[in-house]
Amino acid sequence: MPNIRHVKPKKGDILLLVGTMKGAFLFRAKRSRRSWDLAGPYFPGSAVYAMGYDDRDGRRRIWAGPQSMHFGSLLRSSDNFGKTWTNPEEANVKFPTRTETALQRIWQIAPGRADEPNTLYCGVEPAALFVSKDAGETWNLMEALWDHPQRANWQPGGGGLCLHTILPDPEDKKRMRIAVSAAGMYVTDDNGATWRPSNKGVRAEFLPNKYPEFGQCVHKVVQAPNKPQRMFLQNHWGLYRSDDRGESWTDIANGVPSDFGFAMAIHPEDPDRAWIVPLESDQFRCTPEGKLRVYRTKNAGKKWEPMTKGLPQKQAYETVLRDAMAVDSLDPAGVYFGTRSGKLFASSDEGKRWSTVIDGLPPILTVKTTRV
Amino acid sequence: MSFVFVIPGPLRELAGNRGAVRVNGRAESISDALTLLWSQCPAVRDRVLTELGEVRPHINIFVDGESIRDSGGLGASVREGAEIFILPAVSGG
Repeated sequence: MPNIRHVKPKKGDILLLVGTMKGAFLFRAKRSRRSWDLAGPYFPGSAVYAMGYDDRDGRRRIWAGPQSMHFGSLLRSSDNFGKTWTNPEEANVKFPTRTETALQRIWQIAPGRADEPNTLYCGVEPAALFVSKDAGETWNLMEALWDHPQRANWQPGGGGLCLHTILPDPEDKKRMRIAVSAAGMYVTDDNGATWRPSNKGVRAEFLPNKYPEFGQCVHKVVQAPNKPQRMFLQNHWGLYRSDDRGESWTDIANGVPSDFGFAMAIHPEDPDRAWIVPLESDQFRCTPEGKLRVYRTKNAGKKWEPMTKGLPQKQAYETVLRDAMAVDSLDPAGVYFGTRSGKLFASSDEGKRWSTVIDGLPPILTVKTTRV
Repeated sequence: MSFVFVIPGPLRELAGNRGAVRVNGRAESISDALTLLWSQCPAVRDRVLTELGEVRPHINIFVDGESIRDSGGLGASVREGAEIFILPAVSGG
């Protein structure tokens, strides 16, 4: 097995949680974010599609959902920045017997709201949502979403039928939105008792009816923490904004080389700012023209501008996956993303200049960040 | 009846750091024998079987050298003294 390195973050440091096809890594930097220390690989050989950080209630807990091709998937956590990890005797995310379903993969781990410090959510494949009310000790299937009558018509995307985005509303404790490829967005207004599709204005290029009630292949959705009415959505063809909490969507693909892509991130304070990485098309899921360009909007999608300084602009046929971009909480905000070719990039000035954190990781699946 | 399970390297920590585990008890099938193993090494179960009780797709179980996929699966009979290998398939990593 490989030698595993560790980091010891101090209060105020920035931490990147990076899941790859062959394990998980951590990167630590001081507030300046000039240089990064590597830790890992954790779970070597396992694909880590989901990572998360829970700093509520005094915790400093990293979550990961490693998937061993041989031994399956489960959630593991570390309270000492990766030095040791839980390894539950029994798989902690399991479908109930009555579903006659086996877990394929863990796609997302999302802490609940700050005032519900023991609540966490987990999105999986086949598309389903699990919840924990005891800080991750035990997990239960959210049954009403699983039993939704439209579920029989959901179709898997290229990555499988996955529930990849979980957005508990910051203001309304009973409301939460999730996104599934390829089913679209669903919202609950009653804490999970009922769910309804929420895709008005989002197109499904691959269906005869371009604007169905559900069935869209939503790739990623983000929500402004301090203005939850504002959301952005990167679709399988289509770039959208909502100003009514996702009830309706407006096309904002203004000045981008393609409205196809996966990754998306939103500014922690300014609801008008967001970042994307356009890809050429569904048939060629690489950066257009061999240029790796992050696009940023500062005005809620009226205009997008390329942010390329420090990024390769020749022969760069890169892919950035749906969960592989993150923004930190500093001012100016740091922006981070990883590529399928194993390059991890960082900007400490909201995308004006980029630097390579590392070139040579396994394919990067997820990037999350936190301030310790 | 007694059986010997050979545990693969990645799971040995979950089996008390043992490479082989002898179990004793009545077993008419591979499934019964595995249940005896789970009683000694409960953490091994979910790494070998899905929640549907099926052997994970990239795990192979050999009884006296023969894969159970070719000999009736978990319901196949098992003889006294059988040596049962749990092995990761060639895939993965």
